[in-house]
Amino acid sequence: MGTRVISSTAAKLAAAAGLAAVAAYATVALAGPNDNELAVDGQKYMTEVPGAKDGPLEKVYSGWRFRNEATQAMQLDDFDNPGFTNVETGEQLWSTVDGEAGKSCESCHGDAAESMKGVRAQMPKWNEAAGKPLTLEHTINNCRTQNMKAAPWKWESNEMLSMTAFIGLQSRGMPVNVKTDGPMKAWHDKGKEIYYARVGQLDMSCSGCHEENYGKMIRADHLSQGQINGFPTYRSKWQKLGSIHRRFKGCMKNIRATPFKVGGDEFTALELYVASRGQGLSIETPAVRN
Amino acid sequence: MERVLSAAAVCLLTMGLVSQGVTAGPVTPAEVKISDGEIKTSLTGSAGSAVKGREWFKNRKLGNCLACHVNSELKEEQFHGEVGPALDGVAERWNEAQLRAIVVNSKIIFGEETMMPAFYRDGGFTRPLKKFKGKTILSAEQIEDIVAYLRTLKE
Ligand code: HEC
Ligand code: HEC
Ligand code: HEC
Repeated sequence: MGTRVISSTAAKLAAAAGLAAVAAYATVALAGPNDNELAVDGQKYMTEVPGAKDGPLEKVYSGWRFRNEATQAMQLDDFDNPGFTNVETGEQLWSTVDGEAGKSCESCHGDAAESMKGVRAQMPKWNEAAGKPLTLEHTINNCRTQNMKAAPWKWESNEMLSMTAFIGLQSRGMPVNVKTDGPMKAWHDKGKEIYYARVGQLDMSCSGCHEENYGKMIRADHLSQGQINGFPTYRSKWQKLGSIHRRFKGCMKNIRATPFKVGGDEFTALELYVASRGQGLSIETPAVRN
Repeated sequence: MERVLSAAAVCLLTMGLVSQGVTAGPVTPAEVKISDGEIKTSLTGSAGSAVKGREWFKNRKLGNCLACHVNSELKEEQFHGEVGPALDGVAERWNEAQLRAIVVNSKIIFGEETMMPAFYRDGGFTRPLKKFKGKTILSAEQIEDIVAYLRTLKE
């Protein structure tokens, strides 16, 4: 809010002096991401990395950099981070036997700190048996149905959110590192097509807000680059954790577009493409946003 | 002579009915003609209300113009977006016919790539939510009200 007032005043002053071009720069410079540093328990996180040479973004920023200090603070200390309730639940589920095979995740994967390290950072990942990339949620449910003979969890259930938060935490601080070549290329390109397509009655694309206008206010919201390095993310608006696909769905409904199916091929392709736009950012799971 | 007169009278009468028909229903999105960046006549046939226009302008479910525009005249509203230019003094930059065209279909005025939605278009969208299918964001009356309000934004 303070930023807006300052920047619009600066714009007016500059405009009055006949410096329209300068005004545009002044607005961007003042309204961009803030300069705060993200560190938890002494560990520093990369919230800003150079964009890929042939990529669309000169600099890649975590959504954390666009939140106000009160929201940012909730992520600075795990005791204040509401996402950790789910992390604890996830840890319990990890060693809970379920399904006809009489197994828990731990039976096969052992210590998650070892076996699940780096997994979140590589998702979605090519799966040879499925013949397509799978998200973390898909992978977990495959293990439940095939390896445990247990019922799959619903995408947005407390169990699934808890498990993705717990597994994601094992990659916290590691750089996003998804593969986009080989058989992933077609999925990456499909995701890109969706990202730039204008949809809905408001006729907007993801890029319109998160590439062309990040750093600016859109009414009460400070637009970020729409990165997914912090998911599942605790949102004060939701009062709980939410998945990547839930966020995509919300953004589509806001522009009055019919969302794609949660867990479907389109959102998986979009997830892969959005992840690739954030290569190098630290995983922040479970992040806090407003 | 008598016959000619009465034919003319019939003709006048029908014209009267037709023009009454037009004022009864607003111009539809398909009928709107934008030429040289202007729509010269009111979509409803009458002038809008600036007081109502001010409401539609800030209403998040209607114009939600504040999502993208700073407007000092609405100081009491806490949040003003900055995706588009400030609308302070906009009536001095554009005349009424131009403002109407901008709100009706910004794409024709600023180009397909503009972020500003077209507020009086009812088709050509990809994957619109079912409840908005075939509908315009604002009604003809609401467009005229907003145009009347924009006309008051002088510096
Ligand atoms: C019967 C053994 C078994 C059980 C039980 C099991 N998994 Fe798996 N899981 C596997 C195998 C085998 C793979 C594929 C090989 C690999 O990547 O380790 C795998 C792969 C995974 C992966 C992908 C790892 C990667 O590097 O991409 C995740 C995530 C995972 N399992 C999570 C779980 C979770 C969560 C549970 C409990 C709900 C679970 N698994 C239960 C056997 C099991
Ligand atoms: C009308 C503007 C708009 C459009 C179009 C839009 N979003 Fe968003 N999005 C927002 C706003 C506002 C937020 C919340 C503030 C922020 O992080 O930008 C947000 C947040 C997000 C976030 C959460 C970021 C984080 O740090 O947790 C993701 C991910 C996202 N959007 C993805 C998308 C995708 C993918 C699309 C296209 C399907 C899209 N958005 C389209 C406005 C938009
Ligand atoms: C999603 C963002 C967005 C919304 C919502 C929006 N606009 Fe705009 N508007 C813009 C942008 C961006 C421009 C600049 C034109 C361009 O170059 O694309 C603009 C330009 C204008 C202009 C010309 C301003 C000038 O000084 O040249 C007027 C007038 C205007 N808008 C009115 C409105 C009204 C009235 C509403 C609500 C009914 C509205 N806008 C809603 C983004 C928006």
